[in-house]
Amino acid sequence: MYGSRLRALSIATVITLSGGFALAAFYAPEDADQGFMQKILYLHVPMAIVALCGFVFGAVCAIQHLRTGSSRWDLRSYVAIHLSLILGAGVLITGSIWARASWGHWWVWDEPTLVSFLIVFLLYATYQPLRFSIEDRDKQARYASVFAITAGAFVPLNFLAVRLAQAYTHPRIFATASGGLEPRMRVAFYVCLLGMALLYVTLWKYEMTSKNTSAQLKALRRRLAGDEDGSRRSAAPTLESA
Amino acid sequence: MLIAASDVTLPDNSGYVVAAYLVFLALLLIYVAIMATKLSRFERELVELNKLAEEREVA
Repeated sequence: MYGSRLRALSIATVITLSGGFALAAFYAPEDADQGFMQKILYLHVPMAIVALCGFVFGAVCAIQHLRTGSSRWDLRSYVAIHLSLILGAGVLITGSIWARASWGHWWVWDEPTLVSFLIVFLLYATYQPLRFSIEDRDKQARYASVFAITAGAFVPLNFLAVRLAQAYTHPRIFATASGGLEPRMRVAFYVCLLGMALLYVTLWKYEMTSKNTSAQLKALRRRLAGDEDGSRRSAAPTLESA
Repeated sequence: MLIAASDVTLPDNSGYVVAAYLVFLALLLIYVAIMATKLSRFERELVELNKLAEEREVA
């Protein structure tokens, strides 16, 4: 059962996220350098952090899948990566808009943070085609888990590599040497980050509930209409019949 | 009140900020629409399965 506490979680998400955006709009002061445009930070950066954490969560679930062999962990990993990809697309689009507004270009190829995020995104974009290319369900799940673990390990490594790179120009929001965020901006940012994390958890639970319901319906259909297997070939994992 | 509201002007580059937040909203709405489609499919399947169960009971 993934649907329990979904209502409370949804309400908490709506309150926190809209509260965070309201704080960003009315409470946090405008940035001295970028002005009003810097308000994109409260959307773009939390989305990027949550997307990357989601990829790592997908890797953790994949490890559990390989350890236990349970298809539930494979499904959890699949849904985590699927949602992170959606957020990742949002990060790339909002990042492009921000780049256009502040640098005058939609994309800057010599900016390590942008390019490294694109690499991570493209790497994970191959996850679903990989699953779809393997017909055997067990193999599909195992190969996908190995992929999720390898790619998941690449995410923090990639982050560290960019941090250690000498010639970066991407703004560091928590840089201590240069002062970092102003306290009111920091409050708004943390609320937005919490809201985005809650949104991720809520959508993950929605998706898991949906997949679980689908599996239950299939099992019920098999029991009622005989043992005909009407499942289509899919990249999404299926749960064992309940 | 109306005069005060009309005096409030957004900075020139506010269009980019609005666009970024609209992208996020659009992504959420697309997701909700997909979930709604799935929900209606589940409903159809449940109706079908209910009919099947009724037919079995009659037989």
